[in-house]
Amino acid sequence: MELLLDSLFNGVAIGSVLLVAALGLAIVFGLMGVINLAHGELMMLGAYTTYVTQLIFKLPILKPFYNSYIIVSIFLAFIVSGVVGILLEKTIIRKLYGSPLETLLATWGVSLILQQFVRSVPLAYGAGLVISLIIGLFLPASFPSKIKESINFKYFKFSSWILAALTGVLTGSIISSTVSKLSRASARNVDVTAPSWMRGQVEIIGTAFPKTRLMIIVITLISVIAITLFLNQSAWGMRIRAVTQNRQMSDCLGISTEKVDIITFGIGSGLAGVAGVAVSLLGSVGPNVGGNYIVGCFMVVVLGGVGNLLGTVLASFGIGIMTDLIGAGRLLSIWPDMPIPLSNTINFFATTSMARVMIFALIVIFLQFKPTGLFPQKGRMVEN
Amino acid sequence: MRISRRILAGLATASLAVTATSCGGGGTSGSFDDTVTVGILHSLSGTMAISESTLVDTEKMAIEEINAAGGVKVGGKSYKIEYIVEDGASDWPTFAEKSKKLIDQDGVPVVFGGWTSASRKAMLPVYESKDAFLYYPIQYEAQECSNNIFYTGATPNQQSEPATDFMYKRSPAAGGDFFLVGSDYVFPRTSNTITKAQVKQLGGKVVGEDYLPLGNTEVAPIISKIKKALPEGGIIINTLNGDQNVAFFKQIQDAGITPSSGYYVMNYSIAEEEISTIGPEFLEGHYGAWNYMMSIDTPASKKFAKSFKKRWGADRVVADPQESAYNMVYLWKQAVEDAGTFDDNAVREALVGQKFDAPQGPVEVMPNHHLSQTVRIGEINAEGGFTILEETGVVLPQAWNQKHPSSKGFACDWTDPSKGEKYKL
Repeated sequence: MELLLDSLFNGVAIGSVLLVAALGLAIVFGLMGVINLAHGELMMLGAYTTYVTQLIFKLPILKPFYNSYIIVSIFLAFIVSGVVGILLEKTIIRKLYGSPLETLLATWGVSLILQQFVRSVPLAYGAGLVISLIIGLFLPASFPSKIKESINFKYFKFSSWILAALTGVLTGSIISSTVSKLSRASARNVDVTAPSWMRGQVEIIGTAFPKTRLMIIVITLISVIAITLFLNQSAWGMRIRAVTQNRQMSDCLGISTEKVDIITFGIGSGLAGVAGVAVSLLGSVGPNVGGNYIVGCFMVVVLGGVGNLLGTVLASFGIGIMTDLIGAGRLLSIWPDMPIPLSNTINFFATTSMARVMIFALIVIFLQFKPTGLFPQKGRMVEN
Repeated sequence: MRISRRILAGLATASLAVTATSCGGGGTSGSFDDTVTVGILHSLSGTMAISESTLVDTEKMAIEEINAAGGVKVGGKSYKIEYIVEDGASDWPTFAEKSKKLIDQDGVPVVFGGWTSASRKAMLPVYESKDAFLYYPIQYEAQECSNNIFYTGATPNQQSEPATDFMYKRSPAAGGDFFLVGSDYVFPRTSNTITKAQVKQLGGKVVGEDYLPLGNTEVAPIISKIKKALPEGGIIINTLNGDQNVAFFKQIQDAGITPSSGYYVMNYSIAEEEISTIGPEFLEGHYGAWNYMMSIDTPASKKFAKSFKKRWGADRVVADPQESAYNMVYLWKQAVEDAGTFDDNAVREALVGQKFDAPQGPVEVMPNHHLSQTVRIGEINAEGGFTILEETGVVLPQAWNQKHPSSKGFACDWTDPSKGEKYKL
């Protein structure tokens, strides 16, 4: 019983890291069909946001609230990665809809630029730049429609970008003068330390579970529930689904597909940021952190069936449980007296690297029989 | 389509600019008769840049020190050392390419370079075919002995063997079972093969072994294996690389695998530089084994640390790889002065038997092109350094490990033409 519980927990823990990382991609790649190779770097931005938030919460004014910085950083990471994603959509991806190869190359280029950006720009000014982007993109949109429709709107837009740039420079220099660690650029990996209430273990039914893993499971669950509710219950969610199913028809019926694209991509990118917070709790934060997850993300989305959230969820937990079963050699403890040749084979695959080989092989075999994944998309769009 | 091409072209230019290499040179000349230009070849970009750039800094410092003391004196003339820095870009074929450039185009008499075994293996054929000379400063898995490479880092019997002995006999977990964790590449696998043979000789037991693919940070299966194999605590030998250590130590602490519950980790790839990145709070109470540790309390060691901080900033630290890099520049200078020429073959002959009062203590070049060194075992403390627990006398290097089944009974000797790379003892 304890063994089963331990195994199930480990599988769910590994799976939830995969799921939270792949959730954003499931939306961007699954619903919009955009192959976003910069997805990992959007995660990286989320992880760096956690780091910056942590340092800012160490300042004397915010010190009393230090323990809650991780909660704050989840929201901040969503906003930061979301905004960068929106910028990416507006400047590059929008022009490449329908040409997957070009999108792939362009987003790969963006991922290299983002990696080098965090290496060579002091994080304080990086934060300032993000703040100017937020103001520049959202301030004009928040004007009343009367102003928006007037011919002078472009001046409003222009002046709000100037305001945004000034605020960005100002916050950048304030942060850099108060937090010395953020004032210099560094290619060095940095470290996020979980607040004390999240460290150590908690005992449930006689088995000890690490708290950070539980936290990641909670973050994942909340993200999945929130995104499901949003897609199925809200008006914008309905529009997103409509555009996914039939873009021309939705356009004819008066849905602004342009807006839908921005929102969808923004949410997908924002979720990548949330994933960044989660992975920063497990390892170190560095320019390459996203690259470690990107292959796993695509694997999960493809295995689950493109365009299906439930498939993504099942695929991640499936891979997680399989990784634990094979990699930790658990089959042997479940069935101790299996025949020798079989147990030798299982022992051979019971290392982390061989387990990965085995999982990839199993996925390849599975996709031979079901090329469209666990839950293939049905309907008119697929036949086209 | 048109727009996409334009953007892609822009991106390509941007990424080219980002990976552009850098070159450097010497400084102003004083009263020297002539100059000699040496090559420095490490990664200044890519994943290895963080580690390898510290070696470039150290080598530059050693060269500046030598120049300030009058340069290299050959045949009554004093030579100022100048250097060309090339970027290996964390890409192994680039190391080979840049080596060719340094040897053929720049005509340097010696190249100081490399970090990963993969980069060394890529460079080796270049130096052998051109009969040039590479000085390589990193502790590595050995099982190699080239006439054209001089290895100033530790071989396994100068690091892992004394460390395993300490863990099994004198650590708080003495007599306990072993679990081996490493990244999945040549160094951890070779090192662990040696450790397994040694533990068997000592009468101990290795109860588990696992390798994490490079770049993978999911250590949950390894943790459950450790808990299963060592339920009451024990000895963990860690050869994980770089960032994977951060994930490993963060997560084992959360899972209750700590010194206070009887688990002691011996690390072969964690020096002062890495401790500050991972965070001493995760590492305190675990162990490390090196030839040089910053906390060595001798004038030579203090002077080395002090001049490095003075040259590159007070927050910088020195660690074992940097000390090896520092030693090799001085040993080259001594060998050249003894040989009386910059010619490769003469210098190679003069090199064997060179002694140097290194920051770690006296070192001597052995006939197998490795160094005799002192081994130290340290406990990681809360300040991010090592508390040195014990140090061996001078340990002779084994290019061919005597515990590894494939090389037992073999040795290397380049001073005797009849012996060479690998001969039976």
